[in-house]
Amino acid sequence: MSNELLTEVTYFVLAIFVGIEVISKVPTILHTPLMSGTNAIHGIILVGAIVIAAGADSPLTIALGLVAVILATTNVVGGFVVTDRMLEMFKGRAAAPKSTATR
Amino acid sequence: MNLAIALAYLMAAVLFILGLKQLSSPKGARNGNFTAAAGMVIALGATLPLLHFTTAGLVIIGVGVAVGALIGAFGARMVKMTAIPQMVALFNGVGGGAAALVAVSELLTFGTRPPFAEAFPSVFSIVIGSISFAGSMVAFAKLQELMTGTPITYPGQQLVNGLLAALIIGFVVAVLVIASIPFSFVALMVLALILGVAFVLPIGGADMPVVISLLNAFTGLAVAASGFTLNNFALIVAGTLVGASGSLLTKLMSDAMGRSLGNVLFGAFGKVRTGTAAAGGKEARSVRAGSAEDLATLLAYSRRVIIVPGYGLAVAQAQHAVRELADLLENPSRGWKDAGAHERAAG
Repeated sequence: MSNELLTEVTYFVLAIFVGIEVISKVPTILHTPLMSGTNAIHGIILVGAIVIAAGADSPLTIALGLVAVILATTNVVGGFVVTDRMLEMFKGRAAAPKSTATR
Repeated sequence: MNLAIALAYLMAAVLFILGLKQLSSPKGARNGNFTAAAGMVIALGATLPLLHFTTAGLVIIGVGVAVGALIGAFGARMVKMTAIPQMVALFNGVGGGAAALVAVSELLTFGTRPPFAEAFPSVFSIVIGSISFAGSMVAFAKLQELMTGTPITYPGQQLVNGLLAALIIGFVVAVLVIASIPFSFVALMVLALILGVAFVLPIGGADMPVVISLLNAFTGLAVAASGFTLNNFALIVAGTLVGASGSLLTKLMSDAMGRSLGNVLFGAFGKVRTGTAAAGGKEARSVRAGSAEDLATLLAYSRRVIIVPGYGLAVAQAQHAVRELADLLENPSRGWKDAGAHERAAG
């Protein structure tokens, strides 16, 4: 096993544990926004799409690169915006008790 | 790897982890989304400067980012609130598709005999990414009511899906071991797309959130696999984080519905013959269990709280706990008033 592969596997295994640990206390009401947030994070594939698209020089690689970049960008931008819209709703409701207090 | 890129990727990874942490607590959820977005910007910004662009590459990246950003922003902003779940499915699906295409592109550069350490993650990414893409599109269609939301089943469905999966595994082995057939992974991709559709068809519309969460974890893993192919740490770490947290989240979501994941995914299988006979009878009804944390979060978001005690509450001797809760809620400092819904039930 090459050194680089070994390092990659190490990152992979550690990231599994961090990923599980970091969200283990999520309340039910935040399940959907959290799913949407993680959905935006795997939009990191845009980095990969740009790397392969950058060197495109044949019709096939150009087509593949273009489609990959479009799909990945849609994932990133749409993912973060839609998550923000979801959480916007929560903010409105969380602020409400303050306004009723002054009545 | 260049030092600046390595440090930027490390910073992005830290921001993703902090973002996830914030996203899973009511207080910081919205900031968590921004934190993760900042991580994304850093990872992208660090990647660009050191690439060698061909002219065509520069053009397709420019056009691709513009088109994708437009679709993403427009889609996410313009849809009605009620249509948000299917948008999440859609954005998840395109991510899986992108992961599969990145793996295909990279595999092409190795010719007919790619080294195993590159071929294995590529093939994994192609299969899982394609399943996620096709499955998410079906989930989208079901939620958008482009097709019926009820489970679509037929006799022998499980057998057909099992055969499809076996066929895919056979192709994977062929690509990895024999590998001399050009474009054999195109066939692999087609089979995985079919399996993705077949896998989601028998699942009902109400269970879609769990399925989307599972496919979300799939996409995360596909992205991580693409990261192994490209030797890119940002992809490996971020993809794995999503794969792991998404898997746990899928389990938590089906738990919250009082069902097992297996029941959600395969519950409709084999029901073709029994049909409506099972309805209403001894069929297990769903129980919603909650933790103290769930309750606290719900209450913190609420404007009015009405407690309706039932017989179970009396059996469980929980009157005092409810009284304490009500006292806390009626505490003037929280700004709530007794809404006047008092105990009338509970014989």
